[in-house]
Amino acid sequence: MTPHEKAKRELERLAPVAGNGLLHRRAFLRGGATLAGAMSAYRLVPSASAQKLADDPWSLAPGAAVPDYGVRSRFENKVVRTLSNPKAEPRTQHARTPHHLLNGTFTPNALHFVISHAGDPDIDPDKHRLVIHGLVKQPLVFTLDTLSRYPMVSRMAFVECGGNSAPMFSNEPIQASVQALHGLVSCSEWTGVPLSSLLEEAGIDAKAKWIVAEGADAPHLSRSVPLAKALDDAMIALYQNGERVMPGNGYPMRLLLPGWEGNMNIKWVRRLQVTDQPGMTFYEARTYAPILPGGKAYRFYFIQEVKSFITHPSPGLALSGPGFYEISGIAYSGNGRISKVMVSADGGQTWAQAALQGPVHSKAFTRFRVPWRWDGGPVVLQSRAWDEAGNMQPTRSELVAARGQTARPPAVTGFPSQHYNAITSWAIERGGEVRNVYA
Amino acid sequence: MFTLKLRTFLIFVTLALFSNAAFGQAPKLGKPITAADLSEWDINILPDGTGLPPGSGTPADGARVYAAKCAVCHGPEAKGGANARLVGGEPIKSMDSEKTIANFWPFSTTLFDYIRRAMPFRQPRSLTNEEVYALTAYILSLNKLIGENDTMNAQTLPKVRMPNRDGFLIRFPDKTP
Ligand code: HEC
Repeated sequence: MTPHEKAKRELERLAPVAGNGLLHRRAFLRGGATLAGAMSAYRLVPSASAQKLADDPWSLAPGAAVPDYGVRSRFENKVVRTLSNPKAEPRTQHARTPHHLLNGTFTPNALHFVISHAGDPDIDPDKHRLVIHGLVKQPLVFTLDTLSRYPMVSRMAFVECGGNSAPMFSNEPIQASVQALHGLVSCSEWTGVPLSSLLEEAGIDAKAKWIVAEGADAPHLSRSVPLAKALDDAMIALYQNGERVMPGNGYPMRLLLPGWEGNMNIKWVRRLQVTDQPGMTFYEARTYAPILPGGKAYRFYFIQEVKSFITHPSPGLALSGPGFYEISGIAYSGNGRISKVMVSADGGQTWAQAALQGPVHSKAFTRFRVPWRWDGGPVVLQSRAWDEAGNMQPTRSELVAARGQTARPPAVTGFPSQHYNAITSWAIERGGEVRNVYA
Repeated sequence: MFTLKLRTFLIFVTLALFSNAAFGQAPKLGKPITAADLSEWDINILPDGTGLPPGSGTPADGARVYAAKCAVCHGPEAKGGANARLVGGEPIKSMDSEKTIANFWPFSTTLFDYIRRAMPFRQPRSLTNEEVYALTAYILSLNKLIGENDTMNAQTLPKVRMPNRDGFLIRFPDKTP
C-alpha cells in the first residue's frame, strides 16, 4: 500500500463529529502531511491527468529581470475585483474582493474592496492637509510630513461596507459568487497615528460630543462619529499592509474606525470638526439608515456585527468529486475577537467546531477551517460565529423576522437594506456545484 | 547578579519606550489655523442651522439654476432621469420603498449641506451660497414642504420640519451621545 493509500484508508476510518462527514478540526493536522496529501482540490477548471515529468522552458534558461515593484504571476491575472461601474459613469463605483480566490486573513491591497461615490481622487500628498477645528481650544492643521513624525500604532482591522451582503435580503436566494454576495469586506494591517493624540493636542472642549469627518474627494463625503469612538481606537491611517494607503482606500490618509461601518471610515480625510451634535449628513440621514418592517428606519447603525461565511467551497468554486476537503472561511466582529466558529454540513442540524487560525485579532478577519469527507451526496454547508462579547451570528430567519426581506429579488448589485450578518448556506449538488440557498 | 541587573535595566528601558508610545507623548506638530484660512473648507451645516452662511434664495430662482445645472441628471422638474428624482415618493413601508427627500430625509439642513458639498456631480463646490439656498427652496417647494414664494435663509431653513423627522430608531443608544 502506498503512503497515499494508507493515509486515505486512515481518514476513511475517522468517525465524523457532525452530520454528512464533518471531521474533528485537528484530524488533518494529527495525521500530518500524509493525511493532507489525501485531500481533494476545489476546482475552477478541470484538473489535468498525471503525466511523465520533464523540464519545462523556465527550468532550462535564466528568468526575467526582477521588477522594482513586484507584479504577480501572469497566470493569476483573473484574480480581480468585480466592478459595478467600470466606465465611471456619474454614480457610485464598487469593486468587490474575490474571497473564493484568496486565503489567509489579509486582503492584498490591490484587491481590497473599494466604494467610491465619485471616483478616486488623485491627491498630491504634499498638498494634502488635515484640519481639526470646531469645539477645540486651538484649531490645528497637519501635513502628511508632520503626521509621519508622530508615534504610530499598527493593528489588524477589517473594513466592511454597511451594505455588504445586501443581496442576502432578497426573498429568494440570488445565485452569485461569494465575491458578489460578500465582496464588500476586506482586512488589512493599518498603521498610523492614534486620533486621540491629535484631538488632545487641539484640546477638546467640554461641550464636545461628536466629530464630523470629511474627505477631500469630489462629494466631500462626510460622516459623524461619536467622540468616544474617536478617542478609543480610531486612527489616522497612513499605511495599509506596510505600504502607503491605496488611492481607492484613502491615499494619503484615511480615518480608521475599527469594527465600524465602512462608510464612516472617511477616506482622503481632510477635516475633523468637533461638534455638540451629529451633522445628519446625507449618508447617515438617508443612505445608511436601513428601513425596518413597518416603515421606521435605524439611525446610526455604527457596528458591523459578528459574521462569518464559507469561502471554500462557495458558488463558482466547485468540488471535484467525493473525497476529503478542507472547508474554510472568514469570521469577524466589530465587537472584538471571534471566540468560536461552528460549521454544519446538514443545514444546521449538527455542528462541528472549526479550528481558528491564530493569532485571533480583535475586529479583524479570523480564518476558520474544518476537515470534511464528502460522500458525494447533497449537503448544505453553513458557518456560525460567536464573538468574545457573547454575540452569536443570527440565522437568516431570525434576521429576516427582525429586519425584513424584499418582496421580489433585487438586482445582485442592488442595496435593498444594510447590515446583513446572518448565516450563509451553500448547497452542494451531486456534480459538486455550489449554490446559494436559504436553509 | 550582573545579568539580573541588566535584565531589570532592559525591562525598565522597554517599559519607558513602550509607555511613551502607548500614552502618545505626541510631538505636538500641528500648526494653528485661523477661521479665515479655513473658511473655504468650513462647510458643515448642522441640523440646528449652525454653519448656514449669509444669503437667501427663492423657489423661482432655484428653478432657473435647476434647469441649467441639475435637470440633465435628475430630470425636468426634478422628476428623475439618469439619477434620483428629487420630488415625490410614497410613504415608507418596507425596504422595498424608495427613499426620497419628502418621504425619508429627517432634516432640511441636510439638503443644503449635501447640494453644496457634492452637487452638481461633476462640478462640486461650484455653486454660490445664494444658488444653494435657491435650489434648496425650489426642491422643498416642489415637494410642498414650503410655499411657492417662501425664501430660504439661515433663519427659515432649519425651521422647515421634514415629514419623516420622527421615523427613526437609534440602533446603538449606548454608543450614541
Ligand atoms: C452628472 C449628473 C448629476 C448632476 C448634473 C447633478 N446630480 Fe445630483 N446626484 C447625482 C448622483 C450620481 C447622485 C447620487 C450620489 C450618491 O448617492 O452617492 C445624486 C444625488 C443627488 C441628491 C440626493 C438625492 C437622494 O434623494 O438621494 C440631491 C438632492 C441632488 N443630487 C441634487 C442635485 C442638484 C441640486 C443638482 C444641480 C446643482 C444636481 N444634483 C446635479 C448626479 C448628478
